[in-house]
Amino acid sequence: MNGKSSDELEEKRQVLSFRMNVQSYTLIIALILIGVLFAILTGGEFLSSRNLSNLFTQMTVISILAIGMTFVIVAAHIDLSVGSLAGLTGGIAAILHVWFDWNTGLVVLVAIGVGALLGLFQGWWVAYRAVPAFIVTLGGMLIFRGILIGLSKGQTIAPLDKNFKMISNSYLPYSLGYALVIMGIVLLFFFTWRNRNKRLEMGLHVSSPILDYGKLFVYSLSIVVITYMLSRYHGLPLPLIIVITLAGIFIFISSKTAFGRSIYAIGGNKEAAALSGINIKRNTLTVFVLMGALAGIAGVILTSRLNAATTSAGDMYELDAIAACVIGGTSLAGGRGYIVGSIIGALIMVSIDNGMSMMNIQTFWQYIVKGMILIIAVWIDIASKNKTSVA
Amino acid sequence: MGVSSDYALQMLNITKEFPGVKALDGVSFSVKKGEIHALCGENGAGKSTLMKVLSGVYPYGSYTGKIIVNGAEVQFNNIKESQEARVALIYQELALIPEMSVAENIFLSSDLMRSMFINRNQLLAEAQNWLDQIGLDIDPQIKLGELTVGKQQLIEIIKALTKNAEILILDEPTSALTESDAEVLFEILEKLRSEGVTCIYISHKLDEVLHIADTVTVLRDGQTISTDPIEELSEEKIVAKMVGRELTEFYPYENRDLGEDILNVKNYTFNHYVTQEELVSNISFSLKKGEILGFSGLMGAGRTELFISLFGGYPGKKMGEIILNGKIVDIKNSRDAIKQGLAYVSEDRKRYGLVLDMNIIKNTTLASLDKVKSQRLLDSNLELKRSEELAKKVNLRAHSLEALVNQLSGGNQQKVVLSKWLLTNPKVLILDEPTRGIDVGAKFEIYKLIIELAKQGVGIILISSELPEILGISDRVIVMSNGRVTGELSRADATQEEIMKLATMRSEIL
Repeated sequence: MNGKSSDELEEKRQVLSFRMNVQSYTLIIALILIGVLFAILTGGEFLSSRNLSNLFTQMTVISILAIGMTFVIVAAHIDLSVGSLAGLTGGIAAILHVWFDWNTGLVVLVAIGVGALLGLFQGWWVAYRAVPAFIVTLGGMLIFRGILIGLSKGQTIAPLDKNFKMISNSYLPYSLGYALVIMGIVLLFFFTWRNRNKRLEMGLHVSSPILDYGKLFVYSLSIVVITYMLSRYHGLPLPLIIVITLAGIFIFISSKTAFGRSIYAIGGNKEAAALSGINIKRNTLTVFVLMGALAGIAGVILTSRLNAATTSAGDMYELDAIAACVIGGTSLAGGRGYIVGSIIGALIMVSIDNGMSMMNIQTFWQYIVKGMILIIAVWIDIASKNKTSVA
Repeated sequence: MGVSSDYALQMLNITKEFPGVKALDGVSFSVKKGEIHALCGENGAGKSTLMKVLSGVYPYGSYTGKIIVNGAEVQFNNIKESQEARVALIYQELALIPEMSVAENIFLSSDLMRSMFINRNQLLAEAQNWLDQIGLDIDPQIKLGELTVGKQQLIEIIKALTKNAEILILDEPTSALTESDAEVLFEILEKLRSEGVTCIYISHKLDEVLHIADTVTVLRDGQTISTDPIEELSEEKIVAKMVGRELTEFYPYENRDLGEDILNVKNYTFNHYVTQEELVSNISFSLKKGEILGFSGLMGAGRTELFISLFGGYPGKKMGEIILNGKIVDIKNSRDAIKQGLAYVSEDRKRYGLVLDMNIIKNTTLASLDKVKSQRLLDSNLELKRSEELAKKVNLRAHSLEALVNQLSGGNQQKVVLSKWLLTNPKVLILDEPTRGIDVGAKFEIYKLIIELAKQGVGIILISSELPEILGISDRVIVMSNGRVTGELSRADATQEEIMKLATMRSEIL
């Protein structure tokens, strides 16, 4: 390859990566537009420190469900049971905690364990008995809700004790919050620097340092601004930290492990994946176990936030989680999806709820607007895809 | 080139640009009334784009130039308008509904199916009428899905004819057909020609082009290279025009020293896991290190089934022994097969070979994720490095390795599949129709690669329906028919006639 053609190649590469970035930035732009719109309509109140703090706390449960749902949908399945499962695990946690006086740490573990176990149950039907996930989890949705009503004898279980409530109602002290943020930023720069060095060592192409570090700088700046805004209220909410941690873990799984790669391959082309030596059944099962465990965590946080377990807790959350994934660019056909996108999708959904209630618009409008946004988001995705596929 | 009524179609100075690419650059293409006009060119030469311009898939205004049908200029905004002007494009991928009857499919978009109440008897009678006219012995009541792909293709053509198509465009019509179905297609095309239907025939198979076409136009890099009557052409001349150079040595075969046996299969039999029908029975063969062993036979002879089964791709009971490198191995699934050093390049790369929505790098490493890890985690830098090495080895042409494989041409996609399997470091490489649907230049590169791998000691199984290919690069040829081995020929003894004789042998005789 001579010098000139490799330059041309490089140029094309950058044009391409720019185009892909534009696609992923549309989501962020949409989010900013929604933020600005509501800020104007609420006279700035929407972007106040207090409300931002509320927003991030409100989005927790849907975000956690959406993280797991991204994997499920990428593997070309669906999970309709997560709302019921979060309700059930949250209910079990509350029953053990309130009726039997188990301590908080233990009931959290039990909730996650029960979630994982019921995920295993559903995953087994899907992976090893080839029953479509839609049916298995539709069944699961009814079964789990039924168990919850049975176990709780139809009662609301309350009140929780202080340290259970704290899970979703506490804030990191300012100093600790800033320390975490600074540590995170330093790590980001360190990993980027290390990766660049590795690539140089291996003789691979390295993009310009201004581009790489500049991007990081913009990210860091926005992290700091958000932290500052939150600190003006009570500090970083603990649930937000939980979401970020879980998102980090699952992004890591999706990009750095063979399991993560496998579920993208399975969703993209199951037959090709199988012939490439990927264990379809075991990986599918694992996806559902992880989804169940996440539903367990979501259930605990939900119970903690409501300060009670009710028989209808988590009702319809599966649809919000699926909508968040789809708005975030996850393809229902499988093989394509991003956890960051799903979380932004969740934030968009919650912002609409939150903004509209601040404007005192009646709740029925929220359903209508969210429904329309879901349809339009998918349409934008399809329309932009068609355009690129013609080229 | 003036406007003349001798022509059924004239496309003058057509230019079509996509962002960054000029797909067609001033192409002119004229087809006389009632002829079969072949359109040849490598993948990416612009054949399909030209036909999409003609049929209105790319609407008027998205290209420049003039289209004249039967002496009048036309400006199609969509496929419907081109159909109304009696231009019918028959796609490579069929646009039929398997669950509906043959008759319903034929009249799918006609008024017969659109009226409020469908008159079944009339529908069947009309369909029967058309089938008789064409000379096809098919019951119009049966479900379309029960027909072979070849017969389905013929139904698609009938469907076009019911709309009074005067210009038929066939895009790679025989790529999925058995030889007997292809013969039927040719007979029908000849019959249509005698009735004055004009036909544009796009194909990679030059023997077919020479057999059926009256005139050949060659495109290369979005430009018209030549239009000649068939009498003045030969396969070599067409290839030379397509690639822009003479291919003196099309099959780069060289004599090699072969090593000891690497794979022995003894009395291998297996049944379909649902129907229990015997798919292959009592197969025995051996393969040496560095040997290229051709597997020939008609479609449905059981070659693909045999090797997918050996590769662990089918569930169900298997009998017989597989000896790899002197050891009996038990292959339960593809994971086991890959571990034992087998690799299988499928005949259907889009279905079994690639994850189309993934980029080249991820497709390349898919079957060997363990090889691109550092500290038990996937290392994207290592993945990129391995993919770059392989892309160079197979001469992959892509603007970026981060491009999705569905953006690549057929030849380059096949090179990605090859890269994937080469990364597993196979001892035995099974190639199932490795050059199907890819252009001449890429074919030659793949042959060179196969020979190169054989020289390095990889045992190669080459399944191919193209006899020249089998004869061109195999050291030895095994012929199958009806799920059995009907003969084995050395390179010196193998001829097209000999192979066809063995391939058509009926199992009763055995």
